[in-house]
Amino acid sequence: MGVVQEAFDWLTTGANWSGEDGAAHRLGEHLYVSGAALVVAAAIALPAALYLGHIGRGGALAVNLTNVGRAVPVFAVLALFMMTPLRDSGFLPTVIALVLFAVPPLLTNAYVGMREVDRAVVEAARGMGMSGAQLFVRVELPLAYPMIMTGLRSAAVQVVATATIAAMVGLGGLGRIITAGFNTYDTAQVFAGAVLVASLALAVEGALVGLDRLLSPARRRKAV
Amino acid sequence: MAGQGCLVANDWICGEYLRSRGQELTDATLQHVGITAVSVLTGLLVAFPLALLARRGRYFAGPVLGLTTVLYTVPSLAMFSLLLPLFGLSTALVVTGLVLYSLTVLVRNILAGLEAVPPETREAAKGMGYGPVRLLWEVELPLALPALTAGVRIATVSTVALTTVGSLVGRGGLGNLIEDALPSFFKAQVLTASVLCVLLAVAADLLLLGVQRLLTPWTRIPGRAAAAAKAV
Repeated sequence: MGVVQEAFDWLTTGANWSGEDGAAHRLGEHLYVSGAALVVAAAIALPAALYLGHIGRGGALAVNLTNVGRAVPVFAVLALFMMTPLRDSGFLPTVIALVLFAVPPLLTNAYVGMREVDRAVVEAARGMGMSGAQLFVRVELPLAYPMIMTGLRSAAVQVVATATIAAMVGLGGLGRIITAGFNTYDTAQVFAGAVLVASLALAVEGALVGLDRLLSPARRRKAV
Repeated sequence: MAGQGCLVANDWICGEYLRSRGQELTDATLQHVGITAVSVLTGLLVAFPLALLARRGRYFAGPVLGLTTVLYTVPSLAMFSLLLPLFGLSTALVVTGLVLYSLTVLVRNILAGLEAVPPETREAAKGMGYGPVRLLWEVELPLALPALTAGVRIATVSTVALTTVGSLVGRGGLGNLIEDALPSFFKAQVLTASVLCVLLAVAADLLLLGVQRLLTPWTRIPGRAAAAAKAV
């Protein structure tokens, strides 16, 4: 268990956290890139999926898109970006690759969530004289909420996990600690970086589960 | 001569590259296919007993599903690095990582397939004297096949993509070619390996779809198709 002990020592050494290559800076980069990608992906996917779900069109596209997303190797996409002038634009290649990766689960989940709203409930709401917009905001959206949040959660976790790969093509983020350790044959640092990255992914998952519960429309109704 | 030019000019698409590095591309593709196939097959072997265990009751289902989901959230680069002290720089390292990832999808799909078997079908088979093993093998498993193969398809496609990350330890199939080409900005090699990788995922998906159709001929009998679709 020597490696574990050494990795712990690495993590508890202040010098490893400071500076341009330090863990703190890498963590900031990682969160910035993941957050930006998630916001952009949600801004693209959610309005489209919710509208398509509301009018009930584009189902085949929404469902098949997720499988396409899984088939795309992010490492290959980033490597392709590094061959173009995009390589000089800092965080942009990582953010674009992550947006491509995050849109499919967001879109599919939001669309399926909207379509799975009980048709009888929709008909009843219409019968009560609700307009299309009222139906959307007061019936479909609250009922689709759990699925939309599940999509957001899996997209967020995948984005945080995948942002690590940016390091393999020399871009920033927490993965850099791992690749830097590899290049210097420093197993302790590789292990410490892996622990750091895995903990961040799990922490994000946990935070989103909490946020999900906090925002849930069902919970709000119970509280009233 | 024109073909030679594209290697010198570092074009994206280069016929000369395909001709001169054909062997290298074939080797990388074969390594990629091998790693993917071994990973998914091992994943199935591990996932099946786990799914059966999860089916036995809530006490098993919670930990099994929870653990496999947690494994799925660990980033691939971190997963391979965490396994490094155990396996060293080896193919076993990459395969183990990929198996752990495939478990989430496989266990969930096998479980969903088995649980979708109608209880009256199970009762009828029991009434005809089927024991638990024969019931599983001859009744439940065939009925769970569409959900099971759907899981295998998802797992295979994502494993093909994830295998590229194995180039971190030099066992990434086509990913190795991409990594080798990065420092020298060798465009043709990066593009060719990336395209091959996506084609491989599509080919594997179509192949598995074909296998699924062969294994479940009853879903194609007109009239029964609707009933089978409902059961799944």
